[in-house]
Amino acid sequence: MISIFYFYPMIQALILSFKTGRGNNLHFTGFDNYIRLFSDTTFLTAVKNTFIYLIIQVPVMLVLALFIAVLLNDERLKFKGFFRTAIFLPTVTSLVAYSVVFKYMFGAEGIINKFLVNLHLISEPIQWITDPFWAKVTIIIAITWRFTGYNMIFYLSSLQNVDKSIYEAAHIDGANAFTQFFKITVPLLKPIILFTTITSTIGTLQLFDEVVNITKGGPGNATMSISQYIYNLSFEYTPNFGYAATVSYSIVVMVLILTLIQNKVGGDKR
Amino acid sequence: MKTKRMFTYLFLIIAALISIFPFIWMVISATNQSVDVTKGTMLPGAHLVENINNLFSSVDMWQALWNSAKISVVTTVLSLLVASAAGYGFEMYRSRSKDIVFNILLASMMIPFAAIMVPLFQMFAKVSSVVPFLGIDTAGAVILPTFTTAFLIFFFRQNTKMFPKDMMEAGRIDGLSEFGLFFRIYMPTMKSTYAAAAIITFLNSWNNYLWPLIVLQSPKNMTVPLLISNLGSGYAPDYGLIMSAIVITTLPTALVFFMMQKQFVAGMTGSVK
Repeated sequence: MISIFYFYPMIQALILSFKTGRGNNLHFTGFDNYIRLFSDTTFLTAVKNTFIYLIIQVPVMLVLALFIAVLLNDERLKFKGFFRTAIFLPTVTSLVAYSVVFKYMFGAEGIINKFLVNLHLISEPIQWITDPFWAKVTIIIAITWRFTGYNMIFYLSSLQNVDKSIYEAAHIDGANAFTQFFKITVPLLKPIILFTTITSTIGTLQLFDEVVNITKGGPGNATMSISQYIYNLSFEYTPNFGYAATVSYSIVVMVLILTLIQNKVGGDKR
Repeated sequence: MKTKRMFTYLFLIIAALISIFPFIWMVISATNQSVDVTKGTMLPGAHLVENINNLFSSVDMWQALWNSAKISVVTTVLSLLVASAAGYGFEMYRSRSKDIVFNILLASMMIPFAAIMVPLFQMFAKVSSVVPFLGIDTAGAVILPTFTTAFLIFFFRQNTKMFPKDMMEAGRIDGLSEFGLFFRIYMPTMKSTYAAAAIITFLNSWNNYLWPLIVLQSPKNMTVPLLISNLGSGYAPDYGLIMSAIVITTLPTALVFFMMQKQFVAGMTGSVK
């Protein structure tokens, strides 16, 4: 089954990526699509946007998740269950539903602006959705809200498998919380940190639901993601399946390269 | 030490508030009229019933809920059967090519869906003329490519590692067939693994957006995420109505989560142990 629905389409996509034409009238054109890729400004913008999300959002989210997990792992902490449930709750929402909620919360007339104005943090409403810069910020805030709890659970469960005596020994040796975190927690969690980095990277490269439902890729193409561009090429504009497949392959190549880099950086000392 | 403690609680309280706030706002908005929502009210109103009535009279919410439920349930059942059989097979039977096949399977987890959606769509477009109930714009087309995931097979294999294999031997001696072993011994013992897998699959399927968006075209086949996305794209959105729709669709998933929180968390982490 997996081979029918994953690998066959992969090969099909590769063949398609060398073809061009409208609708179903496709013919071979060699590397034309790949050449077009590098001069396609929409594609380059989509790639740039996706990498902005990747570089800012993934590290911020993972550090936040790890930090919360370490705090929640403290045995003396009260209301642990409540905090864990609350922070994990966003994970069960549907991507579409939460995106629509965020779209209205961050609208020019939305509740977030009302809050910020009432607290005198800003003097006039921020154009969250319609300003190219703030629209990206909104998307980043939204994804971080949805997925921090998800990653936190992975960290928390592996922290619970760590032998407590290691920390006790470190404490006796006079290591403070800061040193303990970087000398014990981070190295011990390295495999799981690598796992979450890879899954978050793949997730971000596939970003679709949020962008479509919060900003529709706008203003202009300021928040457009690669997946959305593929969708537009195939189903919104005049269908060009060949070129869409070429763009798809750019994602496959990026996933491969990034995974290899992450494995090299994070996988050596298992 | 005292201040550190204070900081910890303060930080966690803020994090928890930020996590919960959109839910609260969503529920409050669902009880208010559209005008009040734009005024930024944070007080519950008395228009919940009205909003829900408007919702059900303006769009075919029942149809969408039914479509989503049908797709999610069928996907979950098929998925559990296939993935558990595969995970079981990988762990219980020895064969030389097993590891190669398994690694290829894991590699498929790396393939982004966006990379295969175009050829997948073409495949189903071709199938349409031959097998109508699996073609474009059918529930079958939504279910078929999504019900087997490498993740789930991997998940079942990991959990099967802890399965007491002596029980299988005992069963064999008592004369059970291989199918009998699987259905009569393995399945009942692995109940909690099945529960965890069921929740994950159901939620994923219920919330799936991109693939249904591509294959489902007629309004009567729409699933809930598609419906919500459409509601939100109008020029003069009725916020109260939209929020009540979102509450209705989030409620089942939140309930499932609260009832089976333990299995759900165990299920997510079980895969990376």
